[in-house]
Amino acid sequence: MEPVLRVENVSVRFDDQEVLRNVSFDVQKGEVLAIVGPNGAGKSVLFRAILGLIPHGGTVTWQPGLRISYAPQKLFIDRDLPLSVGEFLHFKNPNKIAVVEALKSVGLNDEHHIEEHLLTQRLGWLSGGQLQRVLVAWSLLDNPHVLMFDEPTAGIDVGGEETIYNLLKRLQDKLHLTIILISHDLNIVYKYANNVMCLNQDMICHGVPSEVLDPKSLAKLYGGEANFYKHEHLQH
Amino acid sequence: MSIFSINPLGIQLIVSVLIGIAAGFVGAFMVLRRMSLVGDALSHVALPGIALALIIHINPFLGAFATLVFGIFIIWLLEKRTALPSETLIGILFTLSLAIGILITPEPELLEALFGDITKIGAGDVIITIIAVPLIIFLLERIYKGLVLDVISRDMTRTMGISIHRINFIFLFLVAVIVTLGLKVAGTLLMGSLVIIPAAAAKNVSTSLKDYALLAGVFGAICAAVGILVANYYGLSPGPIVVLTSGVLFLGTLLMKEGK
Repeated sequence: MEPVLRVENVSVRFDDQEVLRNVSFDVQKGEVLAIVGPNGAGKSVLFRAILGLIPHGGTVTWQPGLRISYAPQKLFIDRDLPLSVGEFLHFKNPNKIAVVEALKSVGLNDEHHIEEHLLTQRLGWLSGGQLQRVLVAWSLLDNPHVLMFDEPTAGIDVGGEETIYNLLKRLQDKLHLTIILISHDLNIVYKYANNVMCLNQDMICHGVPSEVLDPKSLAKLYGGEANFYKHEHLQH
Repeated sequence: MSIFSINPLGIQLIVSVLIGIAAGFVGAFMVLRRMSLVGDALSHVALPGIALALIIHINPFLGAFATLVFGIFIIWLLEKRTALPSETLIGILFTLSLAIGILITPEPELLEALFGDITKIGAGDVIITIIAVPLIIFLLERIYKGLVLDVISRDMTRTMGISIHRINFIFLFLVAVIVTLGLKVAGTLLMGSLVIIPAAAAKNVSTSLKDYALLAGVFGAICAAVGILVANYYGLSPGPIVVLTSGVLFLGTLLMKEGK
């Protein structure tokens, strides 16, 4: 089957510094690929290269006609930004029913609450967890084929983190989305991703999490400091 | 011209209010895009343009518009590059141009150029304002989505197929147009404030973008109207009154915001 995305020998340089070296991988339809690696490993840079937002070497080939939704890690939403949740979502889709449906699909079920409170609320007043849900809803609004999430749970407590991933997983099962996400949490990767890619400027591993996340590649990835990985849990 | 002889104050009021609305509306996005300082100082660039136009005997507003377009082009270029010491550079550049402008503007015209003089508007100014203001609002309506999303995330906006550099250029061009139009009202020293302060006041009390943009336009209109009327009554220069009114509005909305 033709992959949804084929990345071949992608390299990125900022000035004289090489931040990504010859990264190659395919993403199949319906796959959940997690990209892991330490801070500064080039994970977000890889995302931006794949999306064509920065110049890069090598080639990135998307299957033609795909709709891709991208949610970046950093959003600049001041508390006093005069923009309501409804207005934000309508930027992507002016249809009110579609907006309400998208919010329902991310677990905000109370239609009265959505219409009377949430949609008229300032975007900057949402809690971290609410904002992430709204962001997932935003991503779903143009019925994408591919979701790209950069650290979808940054700034959320552990309970909320699980819920967002459960939500993504449920959406993926229901809508047959292809999801590429960046995560720092290996437990989450084991639980939700079919494939993982370890990145630290070079691609260190790529494959099924339980197979490729061995002590050797983790040591290489995190410089020997990561010691919570699945194999150890199993051995106890 | 007969209308002018019948009711010059009425005409001044209409022109100023139209400019106030457009200035507030444009300013709303200027403030949102964290360009308050730039917007405030931008109007200074007009002065050397006015001076040069007076020296070579062409319409001063053409000169002002030319240097303002040059000014926004510099801002646009600096914004395009992501490295950001641009605010300092813009501050220096705009103040320098003000200094040069003061030196080369012929003495008799200097005061009018600095503070504006709405009593001297001609039929041409009226017609241009009536055509330009709806056009500014129409164009802004077409690009505002990208302008706002860009504040939240430039990458996200770009992945939606919006060309930020293009809409930013259109936006800054509109800023140059409204500042040029407003020079008669508030002059090169203060016109930038008529763009920024009503919008900053509206931001204090708005939850939604719709309220914010509308309120900024309304505040701009109020400032312009009060400025013209008070200045006319007391025989003062309207520019400072316009800006002082916007300052009062800002303080009022700030108190409302803090009181919440």
